[in-house]
Amino acid sequence: MLEIRDLHAKIDNNEILRGISLTVKPGEVHAIMGPNGSGKSTLSKVLAGHPAYEVTQGEVTFEGEDLLEKDPDERAREGIFLAFQYPVEIPGVSNAQFLRLAYNEKMKHTGGEELDPLEFKDYLTECAKVVDMNASFMSRSVNEGFSGGEKKRNEILQMAVLQPKLAILDETDSGLDIDALRTVSDGVNKLRSKTNGIVLITHYQRILNYIVPDFVHVLYKGRIVRSGGKELAYELEEKGYDWVKELSAETATANA
Amino acid sequence: MKEVETEAGDYAAAFERLRENPSRFPAWIEDLRRRALEQFEAVGFPTVKEEDYRYTNIAPIANGEFQPTIDFDETRRRARRADISSLIYDEARGSRLVFVNNVFSPELSSTEAVAGDIVVEDLAEAIHGEHAAMIKNFLARGAETSGDDAFTSLNTAFMTSGAFVLLPKNTETKMPIHLLFLTDATMSKVATFPRVLVIAEPHSRATIIEEHKALNEDAAQSYFSSSVVEIYVDDEAHIVHYKVQREAENAFHVARTRAEVGRASTYNSTTINLGAGFTRHNINMNLRGAGSESWIDGLFFGQGTQFADTHSLINHREPHCTSHQSYKGVLNDKARSVFNGRIFVHQAAQKTDAYQSNKNLILSDQARVDTKPQLEIFADDVKCSHGATVGQINLEELFYLTSRGVKPELARNLLTYGFAEQVVQKIEVESIKRQLDEVILNRLHTTLDA
Repeated sequence: MLEIRDLHAKIDNNEILRGISLTVKPGEVHAIMGPNGSGKSTLSKVLAGHPAYEVTQGEVTFEGEDLLEKDPDERAREGIFLAFQYPVEIPGVSNAQFLRLAYNEKMKHTGGEELDPLEFKDYLTECAKVVDMNASFMSRSVNEGFSGGEKKRNEILQMAVLQPKLAILDETDSGLDIDALRTVSDGVNKLRSKTNGIVLITHYQRILNYIVPDFVHVLYKGRIVRSGGKELAYELEEKGYDWVKELSAETATANA
Repeated sequence: MKEVETEAGDYAAAFERLRENPSRFPAWIEDLRRRALEQFEAVGFPTVKEEDYRYTNIAPIANGEFQPTIDFDETRRRARRADISSLIYDEARGSRLVFVNNVFSPELSSTEAVAGDIVVEDLAEAIHGEHAAMIKNFLARGAETSGDDAFTSLNTAFMTSGAFVLLPKNTETKMPIHLLFLTDATMSKVATFPRVLVIAEPHSRATIIEEHKALNEDAAQSYFSSSVVEIYVDDEAHIVHYKVQREAENAFHVARTRAEVGRASTYNSTTINLGAGFTRHNINMNLRGAGSESWIDGLFFGQGTQFADTHSLINHREPHCTSHQSYKGVLNDKARSVFNGRIFVHQAAQKTDAYQSNKNLILSDQARVDTKPQLEIFADDVKCSHGATVGQINLEELFYLTSRGVKPELARNLLTYGFAEQVVQKIEVESIKRQLDEVILNRLHTTLDA
């Protein structure tokens, strides 16, 4: 469903992604790991269409269509979802208002049935069970005054509401204690299916104990330096990111 | 300024003609009014040469040939026929006073839910009752001593009715008290002078809704409304004050709010400016007793060529008082706003905690904001901060919303609504909140119900 070929991207004239290629098929979970500054978050933002990043080379197709020429909202309506590493607070707009708008925009686009406030409330209550969220969060302003863990749960709630084909989870595990990590992971697992894909971006192996990936990719300096199965995550955990630097040097030598 | 002299002459003539109406006021009020007119004539309307009016040209008011209401009977007759059902808040169904062009309308008012010793009455009526001495003690007390400008004098000079609210010691009203000032400007260019006196005795508690609106808005000619609101919050009393300004688009709205706040009391006000082509609001707060707390919040949502100017002065006179002021502006098209907020901490006011912010969201490159928060501190152990921002839609917030599939235009509207809503959502009277939400969303051409 997602095909990334030789993707290069920069922000403020700094090249962050330097030739990424990755294929995600329906039903697959891909973990992308890497040290800070390796380009993990940039990759997620480029896929979601953040306007500050400029793609300088390469291509991305989603379900056979050029993703990069589409605006962020269009990408979302077609089934791409980014769970933010730092979810944004929107004071004055309630979670329920915002989510119903987003849901109905998507329904309009896909020809599904739009929901009125009452119908949506029922739907939202069902979705909230996925991440064990209290109804009081629905009437509160989006992420305002939420704890770190609540914000992350709210991201997964949004994922549950919007039912994306491809979810990109950007360090959803960061800042979570063990209980919150379990809740959030359980939520993601409930949303896993044979038809949707997940790209799980993380710094730590920890979350992969809960959300078991089909593939693990190691990102360093804007390139994928190694890909493998879930055992790669353990290897990485054991050897640390210094090992990645060695890998990177090897790749560079091999390419030379 | 020749025009100004002429205008003062017009008001003097109107003042004389008004005397043809049989006065319902005792001699001391007639004296007060006479002195106020003299004061107005002596001072004249302010000009842009005065610091307080640097950004605010009131020449269109001075030269506007607005006429105070003279014919009370005709005004009353017309008021009686008015349909105000859409202007009544459910919560205040039995606790409202309605005035049309300075004339109290018993037919449109209802105070059946006002219980016990609480008084919600036309000032011209109350002045003859058991509270006459109290009214004499409080009415225009602030205005007299504050050396305020021509607009206050003009209001006092043309005071022919007004809202009088008395909350005796230990009383509380669950129903908000709705004071609705309507202007009917279908016949001529009207000048109207709403007046409010609220006295909250110790341990009393109430919510006051002060609202300004046009009657027959679509047919209204330009009009000029200039209000004076005096609020006395005694020790350990708690007053919530909402000011909802939804005047006609072509109206001039000038307002004075003066609050005296006593020991361990709270005074929370929220001002919503949505209407009028021109608004000037002076707020003068005096924290006169130790340990009092005040919130002074406001929102101006301007479009077209709307202009709104808020000048506020918060005087911390006693120790351990807290004031939080948060004023927001949303400016579209060629709207303009002026915010001038002064916090003055007197030497005695140790342990003052004062916070002031003025945040503005600009939606068009032709909108303009002039903002000037000021702190003057004469005590050495205080916590004071202030700040002002003028900005556009935040791009990270916009990206967040669009990344959920919301189209950029709708996302912008949603963010704008959210910005305004932060003020509106503090209003605890549900039907006001709902109405204001509707007006704001209408302006954004957005619907949103959830």
